[in-house]
Amino acid sequence: MEKFLGIDYPTLWYLVVGLLFSGYAILEGFDYGAGAWHLFFKKDMSRRIAINAIGPIWDANQVWLIIGAGALFAGFPVMYATMLSAMYVPFMLFLMLLVLRSAAIKFRSFEPMTWWRKSWDILYFISNSGIAFLLGVVLGNILTGFDIGENFTYKGGVLLSFLGPYPLMVGLTTLSIFMTQGAIFLLLKTEGRLYARLTFLLKKGMIFFLVSFAITSLYTLVFIPGVSDKFKENPVFFILPLLAFLAVANIPRLVSKKRYVQALVFSSLTMAFLLMLVAFQLYPVLLPSTLDPKYSVTIYNAASSQKSLSIMLTIVLIGAPLIAMYFLFLYRTFKGKVKLDDTSY
Amino acid sequence: METEILARIQFAFTIAYHYIYPPLSIGLGLLMVIFEGLYLKTRNKQYEVLTRFWLKIFAITFGIGVATGIIMEFEFGTNWSVYSRYVGDIFGSALAAEGLFAFALESTFLGILIFGWNKVSPKVHFISTIGVFLGSMFSAIWIVVANSWQQTPAGYHIVGEGLNARAEVTDFWAMVFNPSSVDRIIHVWQGAFLAGAFLVLSVHAYYLLKGRYVEISQKAFKIALLVATAISLSQLVSGHSSAEGVSKNQPAKLAAMEGHYETSAPADLYLLGWVDNEVKEVTGLKVPGGLSFLVGQDLKAPVTGLDAFPKEDQPSQVNAVFQFYHIMISIGMFLIGLTLYATYLWLRGRLFDKKWLLRIFAFAVLLPQIANQAGWFAAEMGRQPWVVYGHLRTSEAFSQEVSSNQILFSLILFFIVYTLLFLLFLYSMNKKIKHGPYDEAENPDEFLKYV
Repeated sequence: MEKFLGIDYPTLWYLVVGLLFSGYAILEGFDYGAGAWHLFFKKDMSRRIAINAIGPIWDANQVWLIIGAGALFAGFPVMYATMLSAMYVPFMLFLMLLVLRSAAIKFRSFEPMTWWRKSWDILYFISNSGIAFLLGVVLGNILTGFDIGENFTYKGGVLLSFLGPYPLMVGLTTLSIFMTQGAIFLLLKTEGRLYARLTFLLKKGMIFFLVSFAITSLYTLVFIPGVSDKFKENPVFFILPLLAFLAVANIPRLVSKKRYVQALVFSSLTMAFLLMLVAFQLYPVLLPSTLDPKYSVTIYNAASSQKSLSIMLTIVLIGAPLIAMYFLFLYRTFKGKVKLDDTSY
Repeated sequence: METEILARIQFAFTIAYHYIYPPLSIGLGLLMVIFEGLYLKTRNKQYEVLTRFWLKIFAITFGIGVATGIIMEFEFGTNWSVYSRYVGDIFGSALAAEGLFAFALESTFLGILIFGWNKVSPKVHFISTIGVFLGSMFSAIWIVVANSWQQTPAGYHIVGEGLNARAEVTDFWAMVFNPSSVDRIIHVWQGAFLAGAFLVLSVHAYYLLKGRYVEISQKAFKIALLVATAISLSQLVSGHSSAEGVSKNQPAKLAAMEGHYETSAPADLYLLGWVDNEVKEVTGLKVPGGLSFLVGQDLKAPVTGLDAFPKEDQPSQVNAVFQFYHIMISIGMFLIGLTLYATYLWLRGRLFDKKWLLRIFAFAVLLPQIANQAGWFAAEMGRQPWVVYGHLRTSEAFSQEVSSNQILFSLILFFIVYTLLFLLFLYSMNKKIKHGPYDEAENPDEFLKYV
């Protein structure tokens, strides 16, 4: 098997996909999180400002989902096909909510009538919190494994089987971390009374996060078999959970000092570390089979050919600096507090 | 069987719906680049007004295009898992390139385009407009490359057998430049330019009929007419080249397009007609030997007919393929006639004298849309029964593990959400158009001259 810097191609691509999904979680994390607070703001103007805080950037942030999913499809087609067809219902709901969310952003302030705006506000709130929750539910399902049989075909239940207790818990945790991320982001973009309201809401959000995070961590340690095996083999990697806990603990500290930029960095790091933790625990498995480990989808039996992976790694090497430039330019253009003008939503 | 049909209906519905929007975005993108370029060059405020106005419409079409496009990406995995495993190695790199090179470009600059008027200089804004336009053009490249590979696979080999069989890339550039991709990319681009140009023509024809925004509408109409005339003529060239490619690479599809059954006979070219697949006959208006002439430059040249293929390798909906193909061609011809006649009037200085012509233009916005849809239906139905031509059958490609109830559930959801979205689209377009490019009471046309 060909290697680059001593790492084989499927592993390299696994890192690329992991990086893209971390980027997605961090960037859309504050978008979805901000939306999940939407109904907690009472005034129409506050809601408008909250939407315009993500106005110029959410489309760009969403690119990370499109590229992440594309990278998964390209590098691990078997994983893409098996996971999406097995998780049919949650993904269809996720997609519908994604469409409704886009519509809500675009059309909410299109008309001044109260009924119009209230309806979109409710839809916006539901779609954002639903998306965050469903992403966690899918992650929870991946951690507990799927009923995968021969030829990577899914043998499990079809309609509501994705709603196990553990996935539900991971869903809540994801929602809570996104809400924390979203509130910190909004604090950076707002001023005045909305800002004051957000400092209050962020405290509630952090409590929600810490509680659900603690429960999920305990649940994982107790009920998910073999969760610590990898770490016992390679004690060095105990650094990952340690870093994750330090990052988590650092968020309330920075928030209490009102250092919100750093708080956003650390809540982003929290997500990245937690995803790394999951990735490391699973590696090289992508989807554990609950029927028989030999049916598990791994980065090796799911991967595209060496040739294809090397082409795609080249594409990423060329594309990544470009994307970094676009994003720097975009975020620099729209830095600072939100000011509504004639181009706003 | 039922699952397969439902999966196909869902895919057809979601992709046809999606395809209303991206062509509009690509076409409007081109017009906006022209308007804004003219503004920077002439500093004539009217072009800025036009750019800002069309940007508002563009923002709506782009937004819906993105939202419905994400669904297409995921639908490969959810409903076509066998297909996804089969083509992932090839299709995936095109999709990854699309995301990294095209989609990232258009989506990041979109924010600056829409919200950056007061934040960046006019030049930087113009560069953003070009960035978004180029991004949308690049997107079309990669998506059409992937689809063309399904029509005319190249640069690959098949590995494994049965359910584990899949195509793997052997030559990336041969895959990208497979026999049909260049013709089809150009054809698709041009179809998109026409969609955008005719929307601009339609809205400004409407204003001219109402006597509103006369001066800027005349300017915009002329620019869009120039684009529409040039493109509808050149569409004939790329269309012909595409059809030649089909005759070489997908003879069964060409035979279905013209309802041609017997290989030995010279093939006719139909202007319109009706195919009876039972008795293998077409009734209609035809140019005898016309297809033979187009394919072989000889009225008597034999053209491969459907009979040359075993029943299970023939497209089952021959009449539908025939009709969609002919709808596209007829509209293309009509658009050439319409734009040439309007250009002729323009040269005679009488372009805006004929109200009936403006009325036709006001409604003609639907025609490129119908032609785009019909063209894709002909291309995709003509490829049947294959999803990857000659290799993977549609009947083997869908997700077997997904139940028909699940698809029914998502299909109903799609139907409700998409209907709502379509109504919102029409409503918001209508409102923006009725409202117009600027407030007439505050800024009468006369005022604009002196700005």
